[in-house]
Amino acid sequence: MSVRGWLEERVRYQGVETFLRHKEVPRHRFAATYYTGGITLFFFLVQVLTGLLLLMYYRPTADAAFESVRLIMAKVRFGWLVRAVHIWSANLMVLGVFLHLGATYFGKAYRRPREITWLTGGGLLVITLAFGFTGYLLPWNTLAYFATQVGTEIAGDVPLIGRGLLVLLRGGENVTEATLSRFFGIHVAILPAVTTLLLGLHLLLVQVHGMSRPVAVPETGSEPFYPHFIMRDVLVWVVLLGGVAVLATLVPWELGEKADPLAPAPPGLKPEWYFLFMYQALRMLPARVLWVEGEMIGVLAFVLAGTLLILVPFLDVWAKRERRHHLFTVAGVVAVLFVIAMTVLGLRMEF
Amino acid sequence: MSPVLVRRGVFLAGGVALFILVLAGRAAAAPPPDSCVGCHENLGDRLSKPVAGMKDDAHAKRGLSCASCHGGNPARFGMDAHDRAAGFVGVPSPKQTPQFCARCHSRPEVMRRFNPKVPVDQLARFLTSVHGKRLAAGDPNVATCTSCHGVHPVRGVADAASPVFATNVPQMCARCHADPARMGRYGISTTQFAQYKESVHGQALLDRGNRQAPGCNDCHDNHGAVPPGVTSVANVCAQCHSATRDLFVRSPHKAAFDVLGEGECTTCHGTHNIVFPTDALIGAEKPAVCVRCHPAGSSGLAAAGEIRLRLERVKTAITGAETILARAARAGMDVSETELDLNEARTQLIIARAATHTAGLPAVDPPTQAGLAAAGRALAAGQAAIAELAFRRRGLIVALAVIGFVAVALWLKIRELEARTHP
Repeated sequence: MSVRGWLEERVRYQGVETFLRHKEVPRHRFAATYYTGGITLFFFLVQVLTGLLLLMYYRPTADAAFESVRLIMAKVRFGWLVRAVHIWSANLMVLGVFLHLGATYFGKAYRRPREITWLTGGGLLVITLAFGFTGYLLPWNTLAYFATQVGTEIAGDVPLIGRGLLVLLRGGENVTEATLSRFFGIHVAILPAVTTLLLGLHLLLVQVHGMSRPVAVPETGSEPFYPHFIMRDVLVWVVLLGGVAVLATLVPWELGEKADPLAPAPPGLKPEWYFLFMYQALRMLPARVLWVEGEMIGVLAFVLAGTLLILVPFLDVWAKRERRHHLFTVAGVVAVLFVIAMTVLGLRMEF
Repeated sequence: MSPVLVRRGVFLAGGVALFILVLAGRAAAAPPPDSCVGCHENLGDRLSKPVAGMKDDAHAKRGLSCASCHGGNPARFGMDAHDRAAGFVGVPSPKQTPQFCARCHSRPEVMRRFNPKVPVDQLARFLTSVHGKRLAAGDPNVATCTSCHGVHPVRGVADAASPVFATNVPQMCARCHADPARMGRYGISTTQFAQYKESVHGQALLDRGNRQAPGCNDCHDNHGAVPPGVTSVANVCAQCHSATRDLFVRSPHKAAFDVLGEGECTTCHGTHNIVFPTDALIGAEKPAVCVRCHPAGSSGLAAAGEIRLRLERVKTAITGAETILARAARAGMDVSETELDLNEARTQLIIARAATHTAGLPAVDPPTQAGLAAAGRALAAGQAAIAELAFRRRGLIVALAVIGFVAVALWLKIRELEARTHP
């Protein structure tokens, strides 16, 4: 019996092989947006790999965290590279997630029958941001410490559950070692586990339904998924790998000073760029609107906007009839402009 | 006697008794009348000034009155109060002042009632001071107790407004000692305060308010103020600079200065004008102080030059290491560990600088060697970081070459695939 035959009897892989051989990817003028998902997946895989390596040396205690990261940077062979790649790839992954969100939103890929794919994608978006937020604290440096203090304070503004949420996130009233150790647990155990489930389902559904063709975009043909599309996907990955290598080597991320909870907060404190639009918008709100706290209204608005975004497959009833409704296009453009404007304002603002 | 008269008499007696009782009650509640204050506060000008000043006076705060020092009978009024029989003393003359204060301040049994730790040797020390000796010789122009401590009020020495509060002492001494009109007749120079203000001690005490730093009285004594003199000035410096003193005692300068009558510390560092010492103080060329005594070409000057050279070597090594480490840090390399070596080098440099007081290489050499070694380790770490940086750049180029090759190969393969699909 041949090896293929032996394997086939046990793994039944020929079904997959046949599926792949017949899978086609549509061609049209927006076909380039199909790479956004693959790009995000690539950065995620880099994160898993580099994250596992960092885990070998990282120690999640207030006494040792900062020193262990410094050890990784200074003493561990290629530790500097692994850490720099992990940070750069994390930022690029967030960027990839945003691009993928834009591509699928404006292409209306969420319409029937891909509602569940969209929901899992929404979950993955939240998880990615949670990865960023929890990972940022782990080096236990001054900036991370105070940024986490501000960030968890914003969580405390969520109506009704805010106070409880803040204590749950911090593991107490203040950002302490308890916060560090639960952020570590969330970052390396809970989020990866949930991601694996959601990402598995997301990718499975993408295979089941195939690539979505944008509404009202004429198809110019199709090409085989394997090997044509896969090869180009891999080409993109290889180029991105080179890009990450250049960034990680030439633009290192400074570790800064070890966090001192008793020190005053440093000036110029601002969150990571992907949270900046929310932070800036909250800062610009008046302290009080009528009798309600301004920040609470802002947080409520963001929660509402996020909910609407996740539920868009069920709101956009025109899309499943292959029709574009201006409401959703305009809402999307306004949201993108808002995010860009707030981010630019946040970057320029003297903190 | 008629009943009417008897009744009147009883009323009268009752009224008088009541009046006496009220008076006695008031007398018991109020302090005994002090006619000094009562009169002097209304006399105006020179005669009422003491009354106004007494609210800040250390004696008044402890319950003493005018009569406690000036005597007399404050129960009487007008000039009757100035009762010589009751020990009245008006304004004591300068010659009387020390004994006037010493009536209490030299008596332990009196002073311990107020503060058991307060010294009672002020008069004894004053009599040994130049001020005290001149006073005894009949010179009324010298400083006595009130010249420095003030009068009406005499403030406590811990009162920051007191002229003898630590940070006020130099200015207070300078009132006389920087005045050429006062000092001219004694042939004493008046530059001390101007020099002291610019000195390392003066800047610490006057500019930074560091009360650990010495003022005039810390070297000259306060009540027993005299120039410390050649034989004892080194002991004065050693009160604070004891480690340096121990090093100096080992030097050949010790014996030589004793013979020459030089003041040890002051020979090189000066007195009122002691500036923060730099390495320029030692060496074979000006502005090194060594050249003042050691002639050109002498072995002493050669040793001084050699010591200076050792110090300069350590400094150069530290600067070199700092430069390369700063470069590595700017490029994102973690060189925080080398801070230990750099600090060690800086510490050894400090030890070596102190060891120059032995004026001999045997004491200077070990710390400079240790400093050079530590700076060398830091330099090596910096060089290793720069080399690592170059290695990373080369590694990046190699990695990019491999990645580029794979990318081009993939691209060619894709073109070939597409050519086959869409001929």
